[in-house]
Parts: sequence; structure tokens; C-alpha cells
Amino acid sequence: MATPGTTEAPPSAPPTRDRERPPRRGGTSLRHGRRDRISLALMLGVPAFLVVGLVWLPAAATVLLSFTRWDGIGGPETIEWVGTQNYTDAFTLYPPFGPALRNNVVWLVFLFAVPTVLGMFFAVLLDRELRGGPVYQSVFYLPVVLSLALTGFIWQLIYSSDQGLLNAFLALVSDAPAVDWFGDPDINLYAVLVAAGWKHTGYIMLLYLAGLKAVDPSLREAAAIDGAGSVRTFTSVVFPALVPINVVVVVVTVIDALRAFDLVWIINRGRNGLELISALVTSNVIGEASRVGFGSALAVIMLAFSLVFIAIYVSTVLRGAQR
Amino acid sequence: MTATTLPAARRRRIRPARAPLHTFLVITALAWFFPVLWAVINSLRDYDYTTVHGYLSLGGFTLDNYVDAWTQGEMPVYFANSLLITVPAVILTLFLSSCAAFVLSNYSRRFNLVMLAVFLAANLLPPQALLVPLFRLYTSVRLPFWISESGSLYDSHMGVVLIHVAFQIGFCTFVLSNFMKAMPASLLEAARVDGASVFQQYWKVVLPLCRPSLAALATLLVTWIYNDFFWALALLSSGDKMPITTALQNLQGAFFVDYNLLSAGSVIVALPTLIVFFLLQRHFVAGLTLGASKG
Repeated sequence: MATPGTTEAPPSAPPTRDRERPPRRGGTSLRHGRRDRISLALMLGVPAFLVVGLVWLPAAATVLLSFTRWDGIGGPETIEWVGTQNYTDAFTLYPPFGPALRNNVVWLVFLFAVPTVLGMFFAVLLDRELRGGPVYQSVFYLPVVLSLALTGFIWQLIYSSDQGLLNAFLALVSDAPAVDWFGDPDINLYAVLVAAGWKHTGYIMLLYLAGLKAVDPSLREAAAIDGAGSVRTFTSVVFPALVPINVVVVVVTVIDALRAFDLVWIINRGRNGLELISALVTSNVIGEASRVGFGSALAVIMLAFSLVFIAIYVSTVLRGAQR
Repeated sequence: MTATTLPAARRRRIRPARAPLHTFLVITALAWFFPVLWAVINSLRDYDYTTVHGYLSLGGFTLDNYVDAWTQGEMPVYFANSLLITVPAVILTLFLSSCAAFVLSNYSRRFNLVMLAVFLAANLLPPQALLVPLFRLYTSVRLPFWISESGSLYDSHMGVVLIHVAFQIGFCTFVLSNFMKAMPASLLEAARVDGASVFQQYWKVVLPLCRPSLAALATLLVTWIYNDFFWALALLSSGDKMPITTALQNLQGAFFVDYNLLSAGSVIVALPTLIVFFLLQRHFVAGLTLGASKG
């Protein structure tokens, strides 16, 4: 039809062979009139057009731009093809790249080591009838509804070097000089990670709570009859049953670690100890000295990492949806 | 979620000692709640009082910070901007993704998985990876001035709405198509026999039945889109078009010494999401786990 982007025209004939399921729908599609076909095409075509046009095509264009040099101001004719130069530059000539890569890895390891483990632990504790259980749950996932930018502001009230709670408290108990928690490049990453973890834990707890509810109770009963303690039951019966949730948690955590941006940007635009790939991309392409090709190369490195985990996630959840 | 904890109690025969557990949970929960509480306490205190007596003191309570943040921070303008972005984006996302989910779960079985993968994966891409081309696209799309003062998609609320919609369609389509697949096929057949067109089947039969998922997704989308920081930063340039999340930065910039004012600003900015959280908790939690529990 005339709609752009409607590669997925409605099938003119119903699929006759279908795996597993007997055909239950689609038997009437042959009778679809012209109007119905147009509405089907529009109903899928418009969303597909938006997703492809505003997400996938720009992502593909970023990959192309990563092999060029461009100041982003001149027209497309000022784009200069430089091959893999940007990538070699990123790894060899660009000082913040190493720290950013390292910080992203630290971010990831931290998210797994603390909030993920803690979130799972909270979920296991709260997945039973406890007095006040719902209250604890609400408190733990409260940070999830606050934006990361806001999280940054709220934690600044604690970390600020002259007006923060932490230094006020430290001054009370010792006479050590005030610590610049967000400014000192040796420690600010860890200070920020506490704030990031505060938010991540609640989310992971929710995912595991949902997962634990879905575990077949008879599994636990069988384990209890066999005389397994609660730790043993968890490690050898419940945890293995949580495989799909674990995949989701791993992917969500990796992607969150890769996409981390708001917190460090709020604090110091991702400089001075808080370098992250996402912040480097942003400052390269929207900063004063815009280096589009180089920023794009950094973005493609992010994209490549993400796509691996996105593929794992999508195949897992779609397999689940097929069942 | 909170009401479904009952079966968990039944399967538990041996009750471990609960006192240490409760002590642990109370302490952790207090620690968890503390940053928010601290912001609220600070927001209620006078700046001059805290400069003299320090933050570890008691007294100097006032509501002036809220008045000041509201007026000096020009919060009504930014709230209106957030509203102009969030409301259309949420409605459009839910409408378009329910349309797509309807087609994918009922008609386009051959392309179903491929399209779902294309949609869902888009939701997870790092936003920075499409920034430059999107920026160029936005500046080159001309819009009449009655739609956008800037004359292009760039620096217009409509542009920010569109990218939110494009990003969030993936997740919502996935969740809704799972939901629609579970509906009995006889519903649509009955409607077809009655001569309902495809759009009528979607609008009159399927959509009303999706209400619970739509409510859960709406609460999630409201918090996600309202909380967005990156797209507003990247795709808007005039300060008076910024949503409230980015406006807080101005409050910090202009009054960087006054942390009590910043606290009041933070509390005001957090209020809409906190209201969503307290009123629609059930929907919110259901939404967050909709996509995950299916895996």
C-alpha cells in the first residue's frame, strides 16, 4: 500500500502449516476487504515505521559515520571517509577512553556483586508471609520510581563536601579534613555507585519476587520432605528453577551498566574520575568541539556490546512467549 | 503483588526465628529510606539556620524553600513542559503498540517473531548510539511554525514525544501481544461473524479486554518518560522548553550554595512519581514484572 515502511503487508493467504498448534485464526483473512487490509497495514506499518525510522536507521547511520571524519556542521559533502582510524584513535590516542572502559567494567562488576546479590537476598527474605512484608517491599523499591538524575541530586545532599551529611557526621566523630566525595577522582566512582546501587537493588528485588512466585511450590515441599534446609533448598532447588529470571537479570544489569549516563552527567558531565563511554559519546557529539565520526565510533563500541546481550535477551523472552 | 503473598505462607512448614530477620529488615529499610527522608527534612529547614547550626541540628523549620523553589525555579513552566511531553507520549505509545500487538498476535504469524524482535531490541539500544543521525534528521525536518517555534523537529516537544514513542513501542508491543495471544480466538470470530471490521475488532473487542495491562504499562511509561533526562538534554535547546528533570539542574546552577532549596526542588520534582507510586503501586509492580516473568 502507499504507506511507507509497511514491509509487513498482511498475508494474503492464511498460513496453512503451523508448528505445534492447530490453525485457530487467520482462516478468515482471505475474506478481508480492501479497507481491512489497509487498516492492518497501517496498524503495523505506522509503529514499524517509527521504530525503524527513528531507532534502527539512525543506529545504522551511526555505524557508517563511525568510519568518517565530520564536524557535524557542514553538509554531508564535508564528510570524509577515514576507515577504521577513529577506532584506532579511541584505543591509542584518546586519554579518557581507557578510564571510561575501566569504569564501565567496574560499574558492571559492582552492579552484579552488590545490588544484584542484595536484591535477590531481599526477594528471598520477603517471599514469605512476614509481618510488615509489603512495607519493606515498598521501601526497597521506592528508589526505582525516582529518576537517576533526581537520585543524583538526592545523594548530593549526603555527599556534598561542605553541606553534605556524610562530612558533617565525619566532622563530629573525627577531625579528619572534609572529603570531596563526588569531586575526588579516586573515590567518586564508588560514591556514585552506592547511589546507582540504591536504585538497582529494588528493581532486581522486584524481578526476583516475581520469579519466586512462579516457582512450583511442590518443588520446595519435596525438598522439605527430603530434609533439605532453607539454604540448601534455595541453592539446589529454587535457584535452578529461576533460570529465565536469571537471564533477564543478567541482561538488564549489563544493559543498565552500559547505558549508565544520567548520574555521572549530573555530577560533573562524566569527567574527572567519572568517565563512562556513554558520557564520552555525548560530550563528543553535542559538546562545543563536536567530533561526530569519533563519537560515533565510541557509540558503535557501546552498540556492539549491547547487541550481544540484547540478542540473548530477545531470544530468551521470545522463546518464553512462544510456549 | 502485596496481596498474593498468602500461598507462600502455606508452603512454609518450619518457621525460623523471626526476630533477627525483622531486626535486619528494619535497619536496612530505614537505611534505604534515609536519603529520601533526608531530602524531605532538609527541604523543610531554613538555610540561614543550617549555616549557623550545621546540618546535624534541629530547628529552623519553614516552608519557604518550597515557595522559593516553585517561584525562583519557575517550576510551573517546566511542569507544563513535562506534561506536554509525557501525556501525548504515553497515549501514543499505548495506542500504536496495542495496534501492532493486535496485528502481530492475530494476523501476521509469519512475521510475528521477527517483528517482535525488531521492536523489543530497539527498546534496549543505548540512546547514545543513535544520537548524531537523529540530531541531523531532527534539524532537517521542517515543521510549520504553528507546530514548532524552532521551525524543525529539533527543539520541539513533538520531537521528544516521537523518540519516546519509538523507543517504548517495543516493550509495550511485546507485553501486549503476550496478553492478546492468551485471549480466546472465539472472541474475534464472533465479532467477525457479526461483520466487524478489523479495526472494530481491535477497538471494540480486544482493547477493552487489555485494560489491566494497559493500566500497568501506563504507570510504567509515565514514570519512565517523566524521568527522562537524556532525550530532553539532547533534542531540546531552549531552556524554556525543558522538562522538569532537567530544570532541577538550573536550580542547582543558580543557587548552588542553598542545599535546602535544592532539596525542596527535588521533593517537588519527585512528587508526581511518588504519587503514582503510592496510588498505583500494584499496577507499577505488575508492569515492571510483566515483561520479565514471561521469560
